[in-house]
Amino acid sequence: MVDSGDTAWVLASAALVLFMTPGLAFFYGGMVRSKNVLAMLAQNFVCMGLVSVLWVLFAFSLAFGPDLGGGLIGDLGLAGLTDLSRSGFVLPGYDGLTVAPLAFAAFQLMFAVITPALITGAVADRLRFPAWLAFVGAWVVLVYAPVAHWVFSPNGWLFELGALDFAGGAVVHVNAGIAALALVLVVGRRRGWPGEAMAPHALPLTLLGTGILWFGWFGFNAGSALAANGVAAEAFVNTNTAAAAAMLGWLAAERAQGGKATTLGAASGAVAGLVAITPCAGFVSPLASLAIGAVAGVVCFLAIRLKFRLGYDDALDVVAVHLVGGIMGSLMLGVFARDGGLVGGDGAALLGKQFVAVGATLAWSFVVSYLLARVLDATIGLRVDADEEAEGLDLGEHAETAYAGAFGSMGELGPTGRSNP
Amino acid sequence: MKLVTAIVKPFKLEEVKEALRSLGVQGMTVSEVKGFGRQRGHTEVYRGTEYTVDFVPKARIEVLADDADADRVVEAIVAAARTDKIGDGKVWTVPVAEVVRIRTGERGHDAI
Repeated sequence: MVDSGDTAWVLASAALVLFMTPGLAFFYGGMVRSKNVLAMLAQNFVCMGLVSVLWVLFAFSLAFGPDLGGGLIGDLGLAGLTDLSRSGFVLPGYDGLTVAPLAFAAFQLMFAVITPALITGAVADRLRFPAWLAFVGAWVVLVYAPVAHWVFSPNGWLFELGALDFAGGAVVHVNAGIAALALVLVVGRRRGWPGEAMAPHALPLTLLGTGILWFGWFGFNAGSALAANGVAAEAFVNTNTAAAAAMLGWLAAERAQGGKATTLGAASGAVAGLVAITPCAGFVSPLASLAIGAVAGVVCFLAIRLKFRLGYDDALDVVAVHLVGGIMGSLMLGVFARDGGLVGGDGAALLGKQFVAVGATLAWSFVVSYLLARVLDATIGLRVDADEEAEGLDLGEHAETAYAGAFGSMGELGPTGRSNP
Repeated sequence: MKLVTAIVKPFKLEEVKEALRSLGVQGMTVSEVKGFGRQRGHTEVYRGTEYTVDFVPKARIEVLADDADADRVVEAIVAAARTDKIGDGKVWTVPVAEVVRIRTGERGHDAI
């Protein structure tokens, strides 16, 4: 039975989640050097294009279509989304859903758009645009769709096991975080890292992006209630609370290390809190979300050091924020969940299931992402050449520059004499 | 004729401009530049990583002056730009062979 209020909220939430991808683009774009900002924005924006097309054609069906067996992946029965608008249609496993099925498909699409986009921060400044397109297309089909099916679909094996993931701690953040690590290991370090200074070129853009992310995350988490009800309201409050606590936690950790409270720290801390509360949002109390956020803010700050210790060039700290934050949130849910959590006296059964869900996501996503990256690197090549990396990807990949200098308008029509016919 | 070039702290630019105006200077060219002298640079921190920034922002002022006025121009800039702290900058003069006002074709003293 479709409820108009629930459908309205999920449609609005879908739009909120879509807005997160441009927000993420600016969050990342401000952190790269000015010669690579358009390439970063483009890698994020193109996810809205490519994933949307794949989703309608068949990716939604793989994730949420009728189970093909064993709770591993859906079949192609819902390809094209045609059946979803048929009256009386019930999505497999979602018998009690009060949201129009197409609204649900649109909402879930936005998750599939932003999840691969999260990866771009790790491999910033060195990825060929065509290779990124190929990676995203294959990754959504081979990694995102199955993991979403396992965890989100009521027919998925992790869902049936009883593992909880309110809005995508495993499906989105652990999944993207470990894939980012796999891609970094194949693509390699930026030339000059870690010795050369590669400071952010426009932190105001990063802070603007953070604001957009925070705003959109209300749709991400509260929309995941799939109803306009008390659970949605609780997820909304918890989302805000965890972001706030994590921001303060990160800033406190910076001060405790003898540094100053930085704007980039405030932005990073807020995002870390939003990541960590994602799996928990509708399952914990506001006070628990305070603890989850504070822990995430401090731990993700400390996790930045991992890349220097281990020597992988995760350019914008996708591992520290999304992988570590996603794992922490998914596991802390086993501790703080109102029903089944350790603190409620319900034992460690849920925590064990959370470990299984995180472990399965880590294993599948890492192995498939790594192999996919190796194959693409050996065939079409993932990485730009040394000259282009030095010159910047904006010019090399897109034939554009972001910022016109004082003499920026002095060009002439190109040597081919070609103009718009 | 002389070309007076000064490198000063950016926030002192306004005071230098006013000082030169009250001296009767007709025009000047300013640009945003970066560099270092004895002041050296500063340290920035992003996600716990320290970056040493060697080149600090400065303002460069260029003024054309008659030989007779050049010393007064230099003194006015020095007086206006001084904070007594490290990094106040430098002023120097060089001789100029020719000056032409583009609109009228006037040369030398008339073009200043």
